[in-house]
Amino acid sequence: MSATATDAPAVRFAAACKSFGDTRVLDRFDLDIPRGEKTVIIGPSGSGKSTLLRILMTLEGIESGRVEICGETLTDRFDGVERAPRGRGRLRKIRGHVGMVFQQFNLFPHMSALENVACGPRLSLRRSRVEAEAEAEALLRRVGLGDKLGSYPLQLSGGQQQRVAIARAMALRPEVMLFDEVTSALDPELIGEVLAVMRELASETSLTMLVVTHQMGVARALADRVCFLENGRLVEQGPPEQVLDAPENPRTREFLHALNLA
Amino acid sequence: MDTIWNYRWLLLQGLGVTVQVTVLAGLLALALGIATGLARRGPPLIAWPVHIYVEVFRGTSALVQLFVLFFVLPGMGLRLDPMTCGVVGLGLCYGAYCSEVVRGALNNFPRAQREAAVALNLTGTQTLTRVVLPQALLVMLPQLGNLMVELLKASSLVSLITLADLTFQARSIMRLTLHTVEAMSVLLVAYFVLAQLISFGARALEARLGGAWRGRTEER
Ligand SMILES: Nc1ncnc2c1ncn2[C@@H]1O[C@H](COP(=O)(O)OP(=O)(O)O)[C@@H](O)[C@H]1O
Ligand SMILES: [Mg+2]
Repeated sequence: MSATATDAPAVRFAAACKSFGDTRVLDRFDLDIPRGEKTVIIGPSGSGKSTLLRILMTLEGIESGRVEICGETLTDRFDGVERAPRGRGRLRKIRGHVGMVFQQFNLFPHMSALENVACGPRLSLRRSRVEAEAEAEALLRRVGLGDKLGSYPLQLSGGQQQRVAIARAMALRPEVMLFDEVTSALDPELIGEVLAVMRELASETSLTMLVVTHQMGVARALADRVCFLENGRLVEQGPPEQVLDAPENPRTREFLHALNLA
Repeated sequence: MDTIWNYRWLLLQGLGVTVQVTVLAGLLALALGIATGLARRGPPLIAWPVHIYVEVFRGTSALVQLFVLFFVLPGMGLRLDPMTCGVVGLGLCYGAYCSEVVRGALNNFPRAQREAAVALNLTGTQTLTRVVLPQALLVMLPQLGNLMVELLKASSLVSLITLADLTFQARSIMRLTLHTVEAMSVLLVAYFVLAQLISFGARALEARLGGAWRGRTEER
């Protein structure tokens, strides 16, 4: 009955509903993301993109419906009746599948780049310091920051900070990586270096990526599939050539048109 | 000046008592402040009694609290020596102030940092000790330093529960010699120097804790 870890989709939303007060953000939302797929989510501001990712990172709950990550049910509350809270062990197990990179980087300012990347493995995977730092160093080299190991976040540029943040999330070897407008807070000339790192990650076939972006260049570079979200509904989805170049839905067309003018 | 020189040992003894009361009460206040500041973010059953403690001790004067400990408790069968009364009384009172500082710093702690900790799958305790406190302590330090200076000045209240602190000795000298100006000058200078020491200590600690990641960038 319960799907085993390997044949279940990486992410499944089934009739998921989420509101903030009177604002209904997700309304009986359905979405399946197969393992290894790189999904890009686009849509107007306030359409629920961040909320979608935050639910997967367990930063928000849902009121009803179902959300699964790698076959494990994240939340199942029905009819507005909250069920007994999940055991902490279970929540932490689910979080172990997922990594997230934020728009504002959210690095720990009191830790060096190396400590930022090593702290997840050290604390939540209980790796030894030597082991965690060796791995962190390798990851930082991979994102092109081998010479910034000892730098503190405030000493790094936005692009460098965001690359540290990506390395930090990858250090826990998640199966699903969430990127919430990770290039939006960057000066235009710094977007390329972060995008290059994301493209390199996208070459890992087993890694599932969910990328929210307003930048169509980012979408084209990464997407197997593009989802257009509006008012918490999936208006259109398909391969990037279709959704971005020949959208069927008038709402998608309107949104892309407005973006091009901006 | 002769007066001061003649009574130097008495004054030094008084200084010793003042320092002892301030340091012990300060440590108690900091420990209480951090514990109760954290507890107020806990479940209501813990947070509420702590809230009442803070309001009661913030809302009544330190002098009254000392008097209750020293004069009222013995009537109820609990007799504490003056030093214990002074330390516990001031510790409880300033613990309540520290508690507010800790609570404020925790409440204002950026939510995004906690969310990053969730994304890294840290436990609640790890988040507190590795992410929240190292940053929040730095925010609290200047305010806690100020409170310790306030505590130093309030420590003269213990002279009213028979403890022979610096204020107590200076007043005895005034009564014996009528050299008010000299005795007052000693008090003025001594408390000022002690207060400067506390402020300096707090700033040094702040620079040490935050210098590596914050100080350098301020210079930039
Ligand atoms: N914590 C919150 N409290 C209240 N409303 C919120 C909160 N977070 C998001 N919202 C609302 O939910 C809607 C969707 O937000 P969000 O998922 O951030 O959109 P997007 O990322 O697509 O811009 C918006 O209308 C926003 O105002
Ligand atoms: Mg958003």
